[in-house]
Amino acid sequence: MSVTKFEHKHSAHCESGVVSSMLRYYGLDLSEPMVFGLTSALTFAYLPFLKMGGMPLIAYRTMPKAIIKNIQKNLGVKMKLEKFSNKQKGEERLDQLLAEGKIVGAQTSVYWLPYFPEEMRFHFNAHNLLIYSKEGDNYNISDPVFEHSVVCDKASLTKARFTKGVMAPKGLLYYPTYVPKELDLQPIVKKSIKKVAKTMLNTPVPIAGIRGMRYLAKTISNLHKKDKRYAKLFLGHIVRMQEEIGTGGAGFRYLYASFLHEASVMFHNDTTLQEASDMLMSIGDELREFALMIAKAIKSKKDIEYDAIAQKLNDVADQEVKLYRKLLEFCSI
Amino acid sequence: MDINTVPQDNSSTYANNKKAIYAKDEDGSVKVVGSSGWEAEEIVTKQALSDLEEMAHEAYCAVKRGERSSLYYHMYAIRMDLQLLSDATGFFKWTIKRDFQPAVFAKIKEKRLQNYAEVMGKTVQELKNLPKEEYECD
Repeated sequence: MSVTKFEHKHSAHCESGVVSSMLRYYGLDLSEPMVFGLTSALTFAYLPFLKMGGMPLIAYRTMPKAIIKNIQKNLGVKMKLEKFSNKQKGEERLDQLLAEGKIVGAQTSVYWLPYFPEEMRFHFNAHNLLIYSKEGDNYNISDPVFEHSVVCDKASLTKARFTKGVMAPKGLLYYPTYVPKELDLQPIVKKSIKKVAKTMLNTPVPIAGIRGMRYLAKTISNLHKKDKRYAKLFLGHIVRMQEEIGTGGAGFRYLYASFLHEASVMFHNDTTLQEASDMLMSIGDELREFALMIAKAIKSKKDIEYDAIAQKLNDVADQEVKLYRKLLEFCSI
Repeated sequence: MDINTVPQDNSSTYANNKKAIYAKDEDGSVKVVGSSGWEAEEIVTKQALSDLEEMAHEAYCAVKRGERSSLYYHMYAIRMDLQLLSDATGFFKWTIKRDFQPAVFAKIKEKRLQNYAEVMGKTVQELKNLPKEEYECD
């Protein structure tokens, strides 16, 4: 694999950002939206039984590590993933890989990374970053969600890599061992779009895809039966899962819209794809309006209009149904 | 999102950082624009923070009154709760709850205390004590 000079890029999402920067370094220039799109990373899931800090998990993209997994499956990239039972071994291995001139992806907990703003440090264990060199006891890190590259001391990085609990990183490091030079992207684009559309439209379980959105909307409608303090925390939690953790629901929609735009150019300015990209951009805007409605409701002393908030989410679900049907139209040509 | 409407609300929660948002340019292309913050996000982040802060405050006073051990306060002070602490230490919740009792915590085994300290990023000494004048209590 040939190596180019490492360049940090500001990304919307940690995992697609790391993978995109990594592949570019090894000579395969794919934008973050391309990586996100080619790995079918857009989704929706509302998992009321899986709690984080007492609140259910609401996901606007596939599970952590799905991008790393699917980039191998869909593009033929080969990645080596290493976990460690022992901190010291994990530290030594990282130094060894850097000494070999590799750049290394790592899974970490946001809470223990000192360069994160104090008010953003929560116990989230699946944050991805890229380590590209070491100076003394400090590591130079390309954290995709930051505008510029950052520095982290060894002790903090180790703490962040070896935090325990749900989605514990176990010191996970990853790096490519094979990156293809030339790829015929068109068929992969088509296949990955089809997968997203089908999953969102035809999910067999009521907690995922469009059905998951409607289920969450129904839960919101029923919040009036709950204590108001809980209702406000629940609503706030939806928006936090949407906007603050990583890039957010609207953010993922914009990211995929960007992918659809790139794909339309790739297919000789395909109008169906461009229309779909525009639609998804507006869906992202609607999700942001939904977030704003909730934020206002939390701040206000007046009664919360749960039905109106639920309706907004149902509207988004309606729009997304149209979008995925359009994408299937493109795939059938 | 249009590149001209990307929110620039200078949210304190961003601490002068910027978040990347993909937005549409006038010519139809999509590019990354740095956002300095967004009011709606700031409101919900602060809501979560103040909820955690409130827990830590109440815990602090409960420890001061001698109803709970210092472990109870430190758990909330590092933005954890019983579930997270149990996941991180591997201890059963009911055994952690016992350690919240001052009398039980006073006789805790060194090894168990070490495990708490390690997971919570504190020294054993820090864990055994309550920081001075962190919060006001009635």
